[in-house]
Amino acid sequence: MARLLTPKLALARAAGALSRLRGGGATSVPGRLLLALEPDALGALALRLDQGSVLVSATNGKTTTAAMAASILERHGVELVHNQAGANMAGGIASTLLSAARSRGRIAGELGLFEVDELWLKPVAAQLRGLRAVLLSNLFRDQLDRYGELETIADSWISALREGPARAATLVLNADDPLVADLGRDRDGSAGDGAGDDRAGERRVVYFGVEDNSLGLTGMAHAADAKHCRRCGAPYVFDTVYLGHLGHYHCPSCGRRRPSPTVRASAVTLEGVRGARFRLRVPAGEVEVKLGLPGLYNVYNALAAAALAVALEVPLADIVAGLESATAAFGRAETVTVDGRETRILLVKNPAGTNEVLRTLALEPGEHDVLGVLNDNIADGRDVSWVWDADYELLAGRVHSFTCAGTRAPELALRLKYAGVDPHRIRVIDDVEQALTTAAADRPGGGEPLYALPTYTAMLALRELLVGRGEAGSSWS
Amino acid sequence: MELSEIKGRTLRVCALYPDLMNIYADRGNLLVLQRRCEWRGIGFELAGSGLGEPLDAGGHDLFYIGGGQDRDQRLCAEDLLTTKRASLHEAAARGAVVLGVCGGYQLLGHAYTLGEEEIEGVGLLDVRTVRDPGSRLIGNVAIDVSLEDESGPRVLAGFENHGGRTHLGARANPLGRVVKGHGNDGRSGLEGARAGNTIGTYLHGPLLPKNAWFADWLIATALHVEPRRLSPLEDSLERDAHRSARRAAGV
Repeated sequence: MARLLTPKLALARAAGALSRLRGGGATSVPGRLLLALEPDALGALALRLDQGSVLVSATNGKTTTAAMAASILERHGVELVHNQAGANMAGGIASTLLSAARSRGRIAGELGLFEVDELWLKPVAAQLRGLRAVLLSNLFRDQLDRYGELETIADSWISALREGPARAATLVLNADDPLVADLGRDRDGSAGDGAGDDRAGERRVVYFGVEDNSLGLTGMAHAADAKHCRRCGAPYVFDTVYLGHLGHYHCPSCGRRRPSPTVRASAVTLEGVRGARFRLRVPAGEVEVKLGLPGLYNVYNALAAAALAVALEVPLADIVAGLESATAAFGRAETVTVDGRETRILLVKNPAGTNEVLRTLALEPGEHDVLGVLNDNIADGRDVSWVWDADYELLAGRVHSFTCAGTRAPELALRLKYAGVDPHRIRVIDDVEQALTTAAADRPGGGEPLYALPTYTAMLALRELLVGRGEAGSSWS
Repeated sequence: MELSEIKGRTLRVCALYPDLMNIYADRGNLLVLQRRCEWRGIGFELAGSGLGEPLDAGGHDLFYIGGGQDRDQRLCAEDLLTTKRASLHEAAARGAVVLGVCGGYQLLGHAYTLGEEEIEGVGLLDVRTVRDPGSRLIGNVAIDVSLEDESGPRVLAGFENHGGRTHLGARANPLGRVVKGHGNDGRSGLEGARAGNTIGTYLHGPLLPKNAWFADWLIATALHVEPRRLSPLEDSLERDAHRSARRAAGV
């Protein structure tokens, strides 16, 4: 195998170099070619990792969660092979493994840490020999033109976990998302009796969740999904809702309840766009964590990363130190300077994620200057309906200026008008660079930051602009 | 009817299964109806009718049903037949507007297929939706629509995403002709269906924010006044959004 693999690795590497020479940032090119030459390349290369690999998937927070897990694991002294640039389909993961592969069957790294696209979990998990843990964090309504219905993804995850290397892996699951928590039911001893015992001793499933009643929302968000019991189809009763459809729930019909998590966050304090604090409890103890990333969604990301670390038997001190030193993955709560003005980039790509960003913004006092960039490229989803599912109403009365840019800028502007934002404070400038310059110049001299809310490809475009101006580091480190 | 008489009126809207049939941001349609009434001094009432709840045929001027996940749409199909069919027919017969979008459109027909199974609809529209081995019909779409009270054909722009192919029966009229996109079945060049004030369409995006003129037509029709009787609004953002959606469809 290794003898046959070597020339294929070289060929794929050469193709990658060629693609970069032609100006492509596409990190998945060599990996895609490698997979075409050698369909089992993922498995063959993953076997070289002494500590095996772990997979991270979710609708929201994959990249940040993996970045937090990387920070923890590196502090613990583990050498990682990690697709940190976010190329998260099979080709991207193959590229990451390819660039770590060395001659004579070696690889530069001990553990593979791979975020994986929701739809690619199944094929990637099937190939990744030595898979130790699969972290699944949430499923939200997202890009229906590409992903289809949520339950379809949940079904593909069920079959992904029942086959191949994933059967022997530890599952790390969000107890607060009923669609995700249900994936553990075959393993956690709760399948028969609905008791929700996660049998922490066996470590087959590690659940994480938030336990803080002060954070509960008054009702389910409009765009909430997963309202029906995965077992019997009856509507769940939510005793507490934290975010979208994440919360504490039970099924009044069959008795299925939220599993009791072994990794928990309580006493959560959200500090606007600057950060968050919470008490983290793991089997080894309880400790205060200060995150440099904002919002309850990042508390969930931190909990997920901590739970993965618990599954990998990392000591609590390393978990806390890793979380506290974690910085934003690019374009996710990243701060840059544009023409002298502090600018915070907050990626938005679907209703649940957007709502959390808007909630976080609304925690900051005063009126805000916002640059919203709505693109409809394939990676954003061609269908921009979702902006009507996001609660832009949270910004009504809180906008100093809202600049709309991107391929579907006028439709974002219209959404804001119907959300109750004063139309005189809304402007449309399709061109992203011009929009950025204009928005940054809005309140010269003021200490107020500009908040940039781009969709995925808009975030890449925005960062490319900033890198060109020397105002941000390269995305493709 | 005089303008002043419209002003004191109230548009009473009933959303069917708002918790389940809302997958393509259907609340945007309801929000546009609400704001455009409020801005004109027309009252607006929104009621919801969920699973197991009876429908007040005389209590609403406009009934709305959106799209849902397969499992949810199936639950709603059963409930429509058992608890709401008679009321919905009664409301349509007295001229109330019934608007079904995407999955809601399929439910207004005679039947649709889900997997191997044929599920009965309420039969307000003479259409039938079947599965096709081909792929889902997904993309930006624009159609030409001719409505009474409008001086000529007008464009509706939106986004479609459906696996079902909807075929019109002998008594059905399409809502419009496809300019760009797939339409009912990807072949006939027809989109949506209409019988009186009952309208079904695959266009979401959502539909009404992208086509404010059509929202106004629905408000007027539901209140039984001519659309030109509605006072004009400052619609520059609405027109730009419409153009943006048309441009996305290539029209």
